[in-house]
Amino acid sequence: MDFKLNKKEELFLQMIRDFAENEVKPLAAEVDEEERFPIETVEKMAKIGIMGIPIPIEYGGQGGTNQMYSMAVEELSRACATTGVVVSAHTSLCVAPIFENGTEQQKQKYLPKLCSGEWIGAFGLTEPNAGTDAAMQQTTAIDEGDKWIINGSKIFITNAGYAHVYIVIAMTDKSQGTKGISAFIVEKDTPGFTIGKKEKKLGIRGSATCELIFENCEIPKDNLLGKVGKGFGIAMKTLDGGRIGIAAQALGIAQGAMDETIKYTKERKQFNKSISKFQNTQFQLADMETKVQASRLLVRSAAYKKDNGMPYSTDAAMAKLFAAETAMEVTTKAVQFHGGYGYTREYPIERMMRDAKITEIYEGTSEVQRMVIAASILK
Amino acid sequence: MKIIVCIKQVPDTTEVRLDPVTGTLIRDGVPSIINPDDKGGLELALSLKDLYGAHVTVITMGPTQADAVLREAYAMGADRAILLTDRKFAGADTLATSNALAGALKMLEYDLIITGRQAIDGDTAQVGPQIAEHLDLPQVSYLENLEYDGNKTFRIRKATEEGYQILEVDSPCLVTVLASANKARYMSVRGIIEAYDKDVEVWGFDNISVDESKLGLKGSPTKVKKAFTKGVKSNGEVFEVDTEEAVGIIISRLKEKFII
Ligand SMILES: Cc1cc2nc3c(=O)[nH]c(=O)nc-3n(C[C@H](O)[C@H](O)[C@H](O)COP(=O)(O)OP(=O)(O)OC[C@H]3O[C@@H](n4cnc5c(N)ncnc54)[C@H](O)[C@@H]3O)c2cc1C
Ligand SMILES: Cc1cc2nc3c(=O)[nH]c(=O)nc-3n(C[C@H](O)[C@H](O)[C@H](O)COP(=O)(O)OP(=O)(O)OC[C@H]3O[C@@H](n4cnc5c(N)ncnc54)[C@H](O)[C@@H]3O)c2cc1C
Repeated sequence: MDFKLNKKEELFLQMIRDFAENEVKPLAAEVDEEERFPIETVEKMAKIGIMGIPIPIEYGGQGGTNQMYSMAVEELSRACATTGVVVSAHTSLCVAPIFENGTEQQKQKYLPKLCSGEWIGAFGLTEPNAGTDAAMQQTTAIDEGDKWIINGSKIFITNAGYAHVYIVIAMTDKSQGTKGISAFIVEKDTPGFTIGKKEKKLGIRGSATCELIFENCEIPKDNLLGKVGKGFGIAMKTLDGGRIGIAAQALGIAQGAMDETIKYTKERKQFNKSISKFQNTQFQLADMETKVQASRLLVRSAAYKKDNGMPYSTDAAMAKLFAAETAMEVTTKAVQFHGGYGYTREYPIERMMRDAKITEIYEGTSEVQRMVIAASILK
Repeated sequence: MKIIVCIKQVPDTTEVRLDPVTGTLIRDGVPSIINPDDKGGLELALSLKDLYGAHVTVITMGPTQADAVLREAYAMGADRAILLTDRKFAGADTLATSNALAGALKMLEYDLIITGRQAIDGDTAQVGPQIAEHLDLPQVSYLENLEYDGNKTFRIRKATEEGYQILEVDSPCLVTVLASANKARYMSVRGIIEAYDKDVEVWGFDNISVDESKLGLKGSPTKVKKAFTKGVKSNGEVFEVDTEEAVGIIISRLKEKFII
C-alpha cells in the first residue's frame, strides 16, 4: 500500500496550487459578493487543460486520472468553492457521462470541445417534485420517429446559462417507472429550450444555478445518451462519480478554512497571548485537522478505486458524507475562532461557512449518502 | 530557430529561514523551484516558439534532484532537457559553473542562449555573462522585452538603473532575462502527465571537453572566508508630527547625512 503521491501527481499539485493561489483566490470574494460567474477563470483553466483532466487524449482530454481531477477540485475550492463546483459539475456531470455512455459519434462530437473548455457542460436531473426522490420525473421525452420532443422543467441546475451542453433526464415511458427514464444530450439554443430563473443563494454565489425550461423542444434522434430506459441508471452512476468531485470540493473548503484559522489564531492576541496558546484552541484545531486529513484519505481512496476499475460507489458516498460534514463543522468552528471579525466580510471565513453548506445537499443529501452506505453494508 | 535556456534549481527563498545560531540557511523542508529569472527566460523561449516555431532545449547543472526543474520545463513546453551532473562539477563557483555549462553548450546547436539575470540563492548575476565570454558571443543582459524580426535580428529592451536602452543584436547571441519581463505560463495538465515519460539526457564530465582543472571546487577561485548574519539595526526614531513638519525633519536629516 502506498500513501505517497507519485511524481506526476506532485508536479500536478504544484501547478494547481500555484494556479489557485494566483488566479483563483484573488477573485473569490468578488465573485461571491457580486454573484458573478468567473468566466475569465474558466478561460484560464481551459488553456492549461483543467476542463478535461480524466479523459483520454484521443477525445481531447488530458489523459489524467480521477485522482488528479479530485486534487484539482480540492485546490480550486480551497481558494474559491464557486470555481471548484464549476469544474466539478462540468467534468463529473456532463463530460463523464458522455465519455462513459456516449456512442463513438457523440464522443467525437462533444468531448473535444468540452475537454478543451470551449464548451461548458451541465446536468439536469432535479425537478420541483423530483429531488431526493429523483425517480418522480415529470419532464417527458416523446419519440417522434426522427426526433425527440422534450417538455417539462428542471430546477437548481449548476452552470446553466453558461453551459453549451446539457445532460437532461426525462421520462420516456411512465408505465415503466425508473425503467422508463432516459438520458439526452441537449445543446443550448435548441428551439424550445430556455433558461429560467436564476437562484439567489446562501453560498457558492458565483456559480449559476437556474431553471431549465423545455417547451416542445425538438432534439435529434441521435441525442439519446445510452439506451432508452437506461437514464435512471446513467444518472445514478453519474452521481456516484460526481460525489468524488463534491467530496473534494468540501475537502478544499475545509482546508481553506484550516489555513485561515491556523494563521489567525497565531496572530490574534487576547490576554497578552496568541489565542493559539489556549488549550481549547489547540484541541479543537487538532480535531479539525484530523477530520480534514481523514476526509482527504477517503477522497483519495475513492478516486483511486475509480481509476483502477474497482467498485467505488460506497467509497464515494462515504467520502462525500464525511468531507461535507467536516467542511460544515470546520468552517463553523473557524468562524468561532475568528470571533466578530470572522462574522464580517473583511475575512474570507464567513464565505467558506456559507459555501460549505451546499456540499451536504447537492449530488445527494447527507441522508442519501447514509442510505447508500447502509444499503451496501446491509445487503 | 534553436534556443537553449539555462535553468537553475534553487530553494524557494521566500520560505527559507536562517538558523539563528549558525547563520546558515535551513534548507530542510524548503521546496525547490526553478529560479524565477530563469522561468522568465524559459517563458521568453516558449513564446518565441509559439510565434515563430522554435526548438527549445533546457539545461541545468546540479545534483540528480535537479531533474525536477527539467520535468517542470517539459510540462511548460520545452522540447529537450539535459541534466549536467558529475561529482567533478561539485562545489563550483560561478566561474566553474559557467565553464561546465559553456562546455555543454559547445556540443549543441543554438541561435539564442537564454539565462536568467541572477539566481535567488547566489545573486551574483555572473554566470550568464561568463558563458557569453567563454563562447565568444554577443550578450545583452537585463532583458525586459524582446522583439524578433523573424530572421536574424533581435530588438531588445535592456533595463538600466535609470531607465532602459534599446539594442539590436544578431543571432547567435546570449541574453540574460528578468523575471519581470513576462508572466510565465503554467504547466499544462497534459504536459505534466507526459513530462515523466520523456527522456532527460544525463551528461557528465565525459560528455563535454573541458579541462578538469576548470571545473568544480578545483576550478573555483572564489573562497568563502566567513558567513555571518548582518547585525540588527536600531529601531530608528519615531516622530508623531503632522505631514508638513515630518517632511521638514526628513529633509534636514537627509542633508545632515549628505544624502541630498
Ligand atoms: C446550488 C445547487 C446546485 C444544484 N445543482 C444541481 C445540478 O446541477 N443538477 C441537478 O440535477 N440538481 C442540482 N441541484 C439539486 C440538488 O441535487 C437537490 O436539491 C438535492 O438532491 C435535494 O433535493 P431537494 O432539494 O428536492 O430536497 P428534498 O428531496 O425535498 O429533501 C429535503 C430533505 O428531506 C430529506 N429526505 C428526503 N427524502 C428522504 C428520505 N427518504 N429519508 C430521509 N431523508 C429524506 C433530504 O435529505 C433533505 O434533508 C442543485 C441544488 C442546489 C441548491
Ligand atoms: C497503553 C498506553 C500506551 C502508551 N504508550 C506510549 C508510548 O509508546 N510512548 C509514549 O511516549 N507514551 C506512551 N503512553 C503515555 C501517553 O502518551 C500519556 O499517557 C499521555 O500523554 C497522557 O499523559 P499522562 O498519562 O501523564 O496523563 P495525565 O496527565 O494523568 O492526564 C489525565 C488527563 O488529563 C488531561 N490532560 C493531561 N495533559 C493534558 C494537557 N497537556 N492538556 C489538556 N489535558 C491534559 C487529559 O484529559 C488526560 O486524559 C502510553 C500510555 C498508555 C496508557
